[in-house]
Amino acid sequence: MARTGRKSPEVNSSSMADIAFLLLIFFLVTTTIATDKGLTITLPPKADPNQPPPDITKNKRNIFTIQVNSSDRILVEEEPMEDITGLRKMVKEFVLNFGKIDQENQALYNSLPPSLKSLSQKVETSSDNPEEAVISFKADRGTSYDIYISILDELQGAYYEIYGERVGMSADDFRALDRKKPEQEEKYTRARDGFPMNISIAEPTKIGGN
Amino acid sequence: MAKFKKKANITQDIPTASLPDIIFMLLFFFMVTTVLRESTIMVKQSIPKATQLRKLEQKKLVSYMYVGKPNDPKKFGSEPRIQANDAFIDIDGIIQFIEEEKGKLAESEKEQLTISLKVDDETKMGIVVDITQKMRDVNARKLMYAAGKKAEL
Repeated sequence: MARTGRKSPEVNSSSMADIAFLLLIFFLVTTTIATDKGLTITLPPKADPNQPPPDITKNKRNIFTIQVNSSDRILVEEEPMEDITGLRKMVKEFVLNFGKIDQENQALYNSLPPSLKSLSQKVETSSDNPEEAVISFKADRGTSYDIYISILDELQGAYYEIYGERVGMSADDFRALDRKKPEQEEKYTRARDGFPMNISIAEPTKIGGN
Repeated sequence: MAKFKKKANITQDIPTASLPDIIFMLLFFFMVTTVLRESTIMVKQSIPKATQLRKLEQKKLVSYMYVGKPNDPKKFGSEPRIQANDAFIDIDGIIQFIEEEKGKLAESEKEQLTISLKVDDETKMGIVVDITQKMRDVNARKLMYAAGKKAEL
């Protein structure tokens, strides 16, 4: 076994990087980072067929209606709306209106940070207090899912912004709160106290069909 | 400026001997994090975008349903269909599907089953509403409309 004269017995590893790069690029391209994100809602319990639906006793001023028809036209409080970007502010103003301040919600109102108090207009024609305020969202079977999601997004956004401001954080941070940790759970409940997310998604009309 | 005298006779090459190692490290990272899909999706999926996203914490409590137009319209038609696991189901099959998914969970977790609806954005609301009605019927009330992240303006 005369090995004299050979330069080096090593395997040439200069192409190793290229091979690794190729594999790396393959995995980079095929990886889909799992996106378990979305808009969460809790559905109402099953309607009891033996009981007639309860009569609506709410005052009209406490209900903020949004309707979408099968050609994706939007009606907000009986007024047509072209661009939904203003919806979030309208919802916030509606929820924070405090038309009737009684003893119970005086404390709630006082606890609000000034940025939220300034949104409160205290007009007769809008909601009495946040607990009474209901957002009613009604779509049609022919409404496109895209519009539905973007409106739901705006509605939830309005609430999350209110919650976030109450505990002094952004809406994004509020949504990221981990309820398993006691101090974050405390913030979560404190933010939502007195402000239930009353988004009612009505059963859709059937004019558009599917 | 004598201190900064150029050392002209030293080669300027960056040593690349450790490059393969670095690349391999990246490669292993991606190999480990890659989750291969369990089921092939047979419907068109272009998920709408939204801003108010929340993350689902416990993966094992989540079941997925895919809604959209079939990728193979000759076989399955061009109307939006529901896919659960590996097969298309019709609207009444949802009840069975959810019961099966609940059966996989422990008794205390059954209430917490979350359905993640991955709906194509060209779908009409009709089919989505039908699904939610069936979910209410079997008392699976936690629902998530899957959405991608929209850049805020």
